[in-house]
Amino acid sequence: MSNYSIDYVNCNLCGKCMDACPFDAIEIVDEKVEMNAACKACGICVDECQKGVIEPIKDEREVVNKDEWQDVLVFAEQLEGEIHPVTYELMGKGRELANKIDQELHVVLLGHNITDQTDEIIAHGADKVYVYDQEELHHFNVELYATAIEDCVNRTQPAIILVGATSIGRSLAPRVATRFRTGLTADCTVLDVRENTDLVQTRPAFGGNIMATILTTRNRPQMATMRYKVMEPAKRVEDPTGEVVEFSVAEEKLKTRANIIDITKKPEVESIEDANIIVAVGRGLREEKDLEMARELADLLGGKIGTTRPLIEKGWTDHQQQIGLSGRSVRPELIITLGISGAVQFVAGMQNSENIFAINNDPEANIFDVAHYGIVGDLYEVVPQLIEKIKNGEEIFKEQVAAAK
Amino acid sequence: MEILVCIKQVPDTKNVEVDENGNLIRDGVDSIMNPYDLYALETALQLKEEHGGTVTVITMGPPQAKEVIREAYMMGADKGYILSDIKFAGADVLATSYTLAQGLEVIGLKNGYDLIICGMESTDGDTAQVGPSIAETLGIPHVAYVSSIEESTVEKIVVEKDMGDTIEVVEFSYPGLITVTKHVSQPRLPSYKLKLETEDKEIKTLTFDDLADDDETNFGLKGSPTQVERVFPPEDDIEQVVWDGSGEELADKMYNELKELKII
Ligand SMILES: Cc1cc2nc3c(=O)[nH]c(=O)nc-3n(C[C@H](O)[C@H](O)[C@H](O)COP(=O)(O)OP(=O)(O)OC[C@H]3O[C@@H](n4cnc5c(N)ncnc54)[C@H](O)[C@@H]3O)c2cc1C
Ligand SMILES: Nc1ncnc2c1ncn2[C@@H]1O[C@H](COP(=O)(O)O)[C@@H](O)[C@H]1O
Repeated sequence: MSNYSIDYVNCNLCGKCMDACPFDAIEIVDEKVEMNAACKACGICVDECQKGVIEPIKDEREVVNKDEWQDVLVFAEQLEGEIHPVTYELMGKGRELANKIDQELHVVLLGHNITDQTDEIIAHGADKVYVYDQEELHHFNVELYATAIEDCVNRTQPAIILVGATSIGRSLAPRVATRFRTGLTADCTVLDVRENTDLVQTRPAFGGNIMATILTTRNRPQMATMRYKVMEPAKRVEDPTGEVVEFSVAEEKLKTRANIIDITKKPEVESIEDANIIVAVGRGLREEKDLEMARELADLLGGKIGTTRPLIEKGWTDHQQQIGLSGRSVRPELIITLGISGAVQFVAGMQNSENIFAINNDPEANIFDVAHYGIVGDLYEVVPQLIEKIKNGEEIFKEQVAAAK
Repeated sequence: MEILVCIKQVPDTKNVEVDENGNLIRDGVDSIMNPYDLYALETALQLKEEHGGTVTVITMGPPQAKEVIREAYMMGADKGYILSDIKFAGADVLATSYTLAQGLEVIGLKNGYDLIICGMESTDGDTAQVGPSIAETLGIPHVAYVSSIEESTVEKIVVEKDMGDTIEVVEFSYPGLITVTKHVSQPRLPSYKLKLETEDKEIKTLTFDDLADDDETNFGLKGSPTQVERVFPPEDDIEQVVWDGSGEELADKMYNELKELKII
C-alpha cells in the first residue's frame, strides 16, 4: 500500500509530481500515477499537484498520552570525568524549550566518581541532575550506557531527550531510540517546541542542499542529536536551585559481550572547534607554500587555520582542520575565508560564526551569500597588505605605549 | 565466517542541484553506492580472504537499487539481497533498521551470521543511525566508527574506534555489528573479470511476505515515528556589506573594520 491516495478520475497525468519528487519515487504505470518503494512521504507531490488529486492517507496510529511525558532531559557527555562542552550547549537549548512549555530541565550524568561534576551542571541552570555513579559506567560502553539511560527514562518519563552529535552521542542515541521504538532526528540545527510538547526539529538534508523539518507526533520520548558548536551554551545562573538525584541500575543488567581493552589519548591537535578566530583557506590558494601567508595572518590575529575539503585531499592540510558538513562545525567570533567558494557543505559548518569576512575574486561566489563582509578581490593582493597593516598598527601601538610611559 | 554487509544506493551528491523552490533537480544525477559502504564491503572481503566464509550484501530500496548489488558482485561479494516492497516506502531510521534487521535474520536463517558491517553514515541525509539501530533490534553488540581491525579470528574480533579525542580498542565475540570509517581499508576497484562472471548472478528479492514479522504497521511510513513535515531551501537573512576596489583599499577597509570590532 502506498502512503497517498490518488484520485485517478481527475488526474490528467501532467507529470508535475514526478518532476518535483526528490526521490524519483513516482512513475506512470498502466496510465496511472503510482508511488514506488523510494517514496519517503515528504509531501512535495501533494503541494505540487495543480489538480489536488494526491492526498496523504490518513494515519490512524495510536498516539501516546503526552501528559504522562514531561520535561526536557539532556544527556551529559563526559570523558574521564570531564564534561564535554556540548553538554552546556544542549542545556542552553533545553532550557529554552523547557521554559516555552513550562516544564523543567533535567540532566542525566553517567560515570564513576563523577559526583563532583554536578555542581557545574547545576550552576548552569539544571533543575535536576540524575547521577548514575557506577564502576561499570566508568568508560563509555554503548550497551551499558543505553541500559542506564533506559532506566532513567523509565523512571522520569521525559518528553524530550537531547544528545550531542558526537561519536559517543551518535552511537548511543540510536540504541536508546530503538529500545523505546521512538523517533530520533540526527544533527538538528534548529529546535523549537509546540504547546503540546511536540519537538520541531530542523536539519540539513541531502548534503546540506535542503532543510527538512521533522516531527515525532505519536511517540514519547522524542529524541534529537545536536552538533557541537551550533547552539549557544547555557549561561550560569545567579542562584542555582537544582538538586542532585542519585539513581543506579542493578549490576546484573549491566552486561555486554563487548569489552574495552585499551584507551589511548590522541596526540593533542589544534581543535578548531574551540578557536575564537579562524582563518579558513580554500582552493583559491595556488600553492602549498602560500599557506604560510594564511598562517601569518592567523598568528597575528591569535587564531587558527581551518580548511575546505579539497585542500585536505591535496594533502596540504589535516582532517582535524576541516570545516563543514563532513568536518567540524565552528562558531568563532571571527572567521576570514580566503579563496573559498562557499559550497553548501562548507557553509553548513560555519554559518553561525559571529563575523564572517570572505575574500574571493569572483563576485558571484556563493560565500558572499553568507558573509557579513564580502571582499571582492584577489587574496594575493589583499592579505599581504592586511598583514603589513596589522604589523604596522602594532608598531604604532607599541610606540604610543612607550611614549605614554 | 558469515559476514553480512549493508549497502545503500545514494544520489551522487557532488552534483546535486536545487531549483528556486528548493526542489532537487534530479535529471542527470547519478546514483552511486554510499561511499562509506565501499569501505564496509572491502573490510568484509578482507576478513573472508583471511578466514574463509561468505560475504553477503543487502540493500533496502526501490528495484533500481539492485545496481549497487551488481557493483558489490564486481568487487567480490558472494550473495546479494534486495529488500523492496511498496510497504517499506516512507521508512525513517527506525523502520529502515527494523526492515533491514528482519531481512538480515532471513538471510542468517540457514548459516547464522558472525559479523554485520555497515558504513559509518550515508551521504544522503540520514546520519550514522542505521547501524547502531540494527544492532539494538537484533540484540547484539556494536562498535561505531571503527578505524581499524586490529585482530580477528573466527570467534572474535578486536577493533579500534575513533572517539575524537581518544582511540579505544574494543573486543567482542560474534555475533556483532561494526560501522566503519574511511580509515579502515582502501576499497578495491570493481573487476572486469568479475563483472563478466557475475552478469547473470542472481539477486534475491525479499518482500514483506518473506519476512518473519507480518505486522504491516512496523514497516514503511506506518512503522516510522518521525515524519517529515516540510522541506525548504536554506534561508539567509543576514546583514551584509560588499566591498570592492584595489588590494590596498580592501586591506584598509578590513583593517579598520577589524579594529572597530576590537579584534585588533
Ligand atoms: C557529501 C559531501 C560533503 C562535503 N563536505 C564538505 C565539508 O565538510 N567541507 C568542505 O569544505 N567541503 C565539503 N564538500 C566539498 C564541497 O562541495 C566543495 O567542493 C568545497 O567546499 C569547495 O572548496 P573550495 O571553496 O576550497 O574550492 P572551490 O570551490 O574551487 O573555490 C575556490 C574559490 O577561490 C576563489 N579564488 C581563486 N583564486 C583566488 C584569488 N587569487 N583570490 C581570491 N579568491 C580566489 C575562486 O573564485 C573560488 O570561488 C563536501 C562535498 C560532498 C559531496
Ligand atoms: N536502505 C538501506 N539499505 C542498506 N543499508 C542501509 C540502508 N540505509 C542505511 N544503511 C546502512 O547503514 C549505514 C548508515 O546509514 P545512515 O544511518 O543512513 O547514515 C550505511 O552506511 C549502510 O551501511
